[in-house]
Amino acid sequence: MHRYVLGRLLGAIPTLFLIVTISFFLIRIAPGGPFDLERPLEAKVMENLNRIYHLDEPLWNQYLIYLKSIAVLDFGPSFYFRDFSINELFAESLPISIQLGLSALCLAFVVGGTLGVIAALRQNRMTDYSVMTAATLGVTVPNFVIAPILTLTLGGWLGWLPVGGWNGGKFVNAILPVITLALPQVAVVARLTRGSMIEALRSNHVRTARAYGLTTWLVIVVHALRGAILPVVSYLGPAAAALLTGSVVVETIFGIPGIGRYFVQGALNRDYTLVMGTVVVVACFVILFNLMVDLIYALLDPRVRYD
Amino acid sequence: MTEAHSSNLQLSNETVLEIKDLTVDFETPTGPVHAVRGVDIHVARGETVAIVGESGSGKSQAMMAAMGLLASNGRTGGTVIYEDRNLLGLSIRQLNQVRGKKITMIFQEPMTSLDPLYTIGRQLAEPMVVHGGLSWKAAHAKALDLLKLVNIPEPEHKIKAYPHEMSGGQRQRVMIAMALANDPDVLIADEPTTALDVTTQAQILVLLKELQTRLGMAVIFITHDLGIVRQIADRVYVMKNGEVVEEGGTAQIFDTPSQPYTRMLLDAEPEGAKLPVKADAQILLEAQKISVEFALDTGFFSAPHLLRAVDDVSFSLRTGQTLGIVGESGSGKSTLGRALLNLLPSDGRVMLNGRQIVGLSRQEMRPLRKDLQLVFQDPFGSLSPRLTVGQIISEGLKVHATELSGKDRDRRAAQALEEVALDPVMRNRYPHEFSGGQRQRIAIARAMVLKPKLVVLDEPTSALDRTVQKQIVDLLRKLQEEHGLTYVFISHDLAVVRAMADTVMVMRNGKVVEAGATSHIFEAPQQDYTKELIRAAFMTATARAS
Repeated sequence: MHRYVLGRLLGAIPTLFLIVTISFFLIRIAPGGPFDLERPLEAKVMENLNRIYHLDEPLWNQYLIYLKSIAVLDFGPSFYFRDFSINELFAESLPISIQLGLSALCLAFVVGGTLGVIAALRQNRMTDYSVMTAATLGVTVPNFVIAPILTLTLGGWLGWLPVGGWNGGKFVNAILPVITLALPQVAVVARLTRGSMIEALRSNHVRTARAYGLTTWLVIVVHALRGAILPVVSYLGPAAAALLTGSVVVETIFGIPGIGRYFVQGALNRDYTLVMGTVVVVACFVILFNLMVDLIYALLDPRVRYD
Repeated sequence: MTEAHSSNLQLSNETVLEIKDLTVDFETPTGPVHAVRGVDIHVARGETVAIVGESGSGKSQAMMAAMGLLASNGRTGGTVIYEDRNLLGLSIRQLNQVRGKKITMIFQEPMTSLDPLYTIGRQLAEPMVVHGGLSWKAAHAKALDLLKLVNIPEPEHKIKAYPHEMSGGQRQRVMIAMALANDPDVLIADEPTTALDVTTQAQILVLLKELQTRLGMAVIFITHDLGIVRQIADRVYVMKNGEVVEEGGTAQIFDTPSQPYTRMLLDAEPEGAKLPVKADAQILLEAQKISVEFALDTGFFSAPHLLRAVDDVSFSLRTGQTLGIVGESGSGKSTLGRALLNLLPSDGRVMLNGRQIVGLSRQEMRPLRKDLQLVFQDPFGSLSPRLTVGQIISEGLKVHATELSGKDRDRRAAQALEEVALDPVMRNRYPHEFSGGQRQRIAIARAMVLKPKLVVLDEPTSALDRTVQKQIVDLLRKLQEEHGLTYVFISHDLAVVRAMADTVMVMRNGKVVEAGATSHIFEAPQQDYTKELIRAAFMTATARAS
């Protein structure tokens, strides 16, 4: 098992290398640079800036310099937030995004999973239909629509919850953004769970469990759900990616100082190092989550072995 | 099998389970289906009762209904009396006091009836913990005893194994152990040996019989195989279209059946033998030293482990002849069939009309494909569900007879359907509208429409009822005579092979154990393995003859 994990982590290095290379050159293709303001800077100032940030060197050299620095996990100085390095920016914002994302992920799997199981057990009845209709809505309505509706109702009219701000991750401040971020995933997870649960309930070994007079709990949770959860677990990887990108919108709407907003700001300001930093961090998370998915899979299903 | 009947004498007349006027209906989008229509069945302590019938006769559904295991759209009526209580009226909680404890079941599908995610030990222990109030530890200890009881090799090791680490026969033994765990009064066995090889089947039957004698429970045995019934049952119920059409003692049913349906079931054993071809018939197919290897767990650094699925097989086949290849699952017979058609890479020579086809590319093979056809075992999986039967049959013509117009192809499809005795009007329907036997006819029509020379038939009758099997065997023989076809007939069913083949090849672990003329192999087998196969397969036929 350890060997497998080590192998997978080593295997991630070429993937990351490719991602870094492609995004490095892609963002350089975009016209303009980090110091192009509406009122152009003096030529002398511009020259100094370019020299400090190595922008006067050939692109190839800049690429090598960047590779060298991220090899020691230094993402370099920000071009826009001039007094900060990317590492400093991330040190502040990444924990917030992780807290937001993980909360949403847990909410999505717990609520979505429960709804899916309930719908499966009540297949083709009112409960099932209402859950599935709600799930379809959840998938189709984008979160920049859900967010204003939630803030207007729960925050504005009823005044129960704050409409924005993070406030150091206080519970009340987290509720609305976490729900907004989780809702589409709740819907997807519910649909997935329902489908695989219905299949599991029809399977022969669940029939065996029922024929042997096992309690409803044993039949549904121990024998049906454990198998049914497998396809849902494999969705964990894509879900993590979706939550990270979804956080761009949610963090902007709710004014949360996470890394999501750096995606947009970095790209608009041509803050090369900031964009690169976010890309690498997101990529690392996606890779990590996919590895986790495979490990959980092996834990749940004895037919999967990594030796 | 005289022991089976002698136990009759010691039978007490105490009925343990009595099913009265049982009905099962399913609500479907196209209206209600009456699967079981008022069935009366009873079984006494120590007695073995068989319920026989073709697929769709309602024999399984009747027992599922009795145990509260119907699909959610099923409705039951009537009574199922066990210990003065009607099981059909019980709540789930009350029913769970009975099923798994007093009445247990074994199912047809040993591969999927156990939960793949838990060890054998845990699954065996579960009902004992739930019903017997044992601790997990005590239940595990008893599970170990049960594994020994059903003759699982290395029980201490296997108790920690997962279902996928065991063979089909072993899994069925585990199911039997599970069924016996709580000392049940009634054991319901739903086709417990159908999915198993003949030799395994024989072992499981012997085991069941022996355990019944020792433990004295009542057994309800659901099967479509009359051979098994003859061997183990005291009394028989014959079911057709949801009703019991005949019941009686086993000897009576077999010797003096009163219903034509029962007689038809009894006569369904394939009969006759194939007439030899003329001595000057040309050699169509010649195989020389064919071997097929599969690489197992290829690692980066280690050399791949090779599995020799087919090992050095040679034979020759004349036009119009049938070669029967028999063997148990895993013997390499299907792999050989595919190698003969160059559908997978092999070593050696396959000469078709004197031309070596091993090593030919896909493009080079294409013109030859018309002459080489394949019919599969599974009539449900091998027809595309999204094409009409006409499209399925005529598809090959699009490739091999490009000069035909759409109309011509349609006419050829209609002819092919007529040849396999299906109404040509049916060519606009979809596969799911047909029964298993009809689908197999469609698969045969698909092969015949190209007017092939060689047809490899891979277990074409194994998924079918005996009566339907007989019809398919007759159809295949008729087509062979009319078109001078050459068959390679792969089957684990020796009775069918005896009726179809000129020569027989017995395979085991990829090697040919014995080969020769059909009559020779069946009447004077030389090898122990062949003898064992034949004994297991014809245990039943000889019982009937006696």
